[in-house]
Amino acid sequence: MVKCMFSLTVVIVLSLLAFVGAETAGFKAQFLFGIAIPYAALLIFVIGVLNRVIGWARSPVPFAIPTTAGQQKSLPWIKPANIDNPSTTGGVFVRMFLEVFLFRSLFRNTKTQLSEGPKISFNLEIFLWLAALAFHASFFTVLARHLRLFTEPVPFVIQMLEKVDGMMQVGAPGIMLSGFVLLAAVSYLLIRRIIIPQVKYISLTQDYFPLFLIIGIAASGILMRHIFKIDVIGAKQLAMGLVTFHPVIPEGIGGIFYVHIFFVSVLLAYFPFSKLMHMGGIFMSPTRNLPGNTRAFRHVNPWNYPVHTHTYEEYEDDFREKMIDAGLPVEKE
Amino acid sequence: MSDNHHDKEDKKMYNKGEVITGIVIFLVIFAFPFWYNMGKAAPVPQPELTEKAKAAKECVEPKAFMKTEHMQILNSWRNSVVRNKNRLYINSSNKEFDMSLSNNCLDCHSNKAEFCDKCHTYASVTPYCFDCHIDNPKEK
Repeated sequence: MVKCMFSLTVVIVLSLLAFVGAETAGFKAQFLFGIAIPYAALLIFVIGVLNRVIGWARSPVPFAIPTTAGQQKSLPWIKPANIDNPSTTGGVFVRMFLEVFLFRSLFRNTKTQLSEGPKISFNLEIFLWLAALAFHASFFTVLARHLRLFTEPVPFVIQMLEKVDGMMQVGAPGIMLSGFVLLAAVSYLLIRRIIIPQVKYISLTQDYFPLFLIIGIAASGILMRHIFKIDVIGAKQLAMGLVTFHPVIPEGIGGIFYVHIFFVSVLLAYFPFSKLMHMGGIFMSPTRNLPGNTRAFRHVNPWNYPVHTHTYEEYEDDFREKMIDAGLPVEKE
Repeated sequence: MSDNHHDKEDKKMYNKGEVITGIVIFLVIFAFPFWYNMGKAAPVPQPELTEKAKAAKECVEPKAFMKTEHMQILNSWRNSVVRNKNRLYINSSNKEFDMSLSNNCLDCHSNKAEFCDKCHTYASVTPYCFDCHIDNPKEK
């Protein structure tokens, strides 16, 4: 519980920092939270992510270790699992695609139960997969919707996305489904960590922190849209300033806006150093990106150094005379 | 064992072509807002007031409040009119107004294109109020 409370406290302190700063310290603090920190965070994010990915690309893969969730291609009369144990690049692509968009390996998540007998049973546990899928999909939608504040003119696709997302037409400004789905899903992922004893046991500060941070981002965003209103035109002016490298701080956007943008900056800067790097890591995982073709191709360990060998032929060359004298059979006379 | 050798191997990038392609795709997608705007920020919209609106000096509530809360006001007006048959709005300084988008708001702000649409387009907002409330016969 300490790890959980610590993460929560950090997020609350961060929000207070940005809110009090922007509301009381005026332009200087707004420049810091609205321009300086976002640019710095963006730089850390891009350089950090590239650094991690290149680091992985430089790590040799000594063994062929694709996860084999099906029959490998072998004899012609044995039916292979072309997607779960792909033997071709195309198969790997399909498996990776389904993994990235549908989280198939998470879908296989089961709950182990011991009942009387003793009998062990493995039950389908679908909620983690469901919440994870809802979380990622809604987060992506929210992110894409924000392009309305970063582009002028706003691309048609983004306008369409907003229409679909706001199809409930509840209130004005209308509620966006993705925002609430995001908040609900991320809250489920947090509660699950706290109430399932086994999951709680293995949860660390770096598991709780991004969850609280994302809850903070979603909550501040929803509050900003519906309750503590901000000046949206000013917010877009600031966002456009950032992406066109002519940064401006319009007056009177509202303190909660700076909390929101500071949370996002913290998330971006924290990203390369955290488990969130699974965004790039999924593509770099040897268990996912290698084909299961070990029966057909030999995987050579790239860091095999040249081993000094002494073959039997060389041995015989060394001792041929002596072997013949001793009456031992030799291959070459 | 042979650390020297290992260091040399460390600098090598495996599957370089694929990895660089992936990185380029990531950067192009991520930098979308940067290259899409090409460094030019569109001017911030300045909604224009009609003569009638200028003469009235003040809207139903102060300007700053109207700027951020007008949609909430309209929503509560709709609820009040449609559900409770109550068209009387008393503002923060005790003045009475008729709750009506067509007859009241759009009477002063009759220039939708220069007033409403300017900010709405800039912020990519498409309120469905105007699906009925513009160009249609006024309410009786």
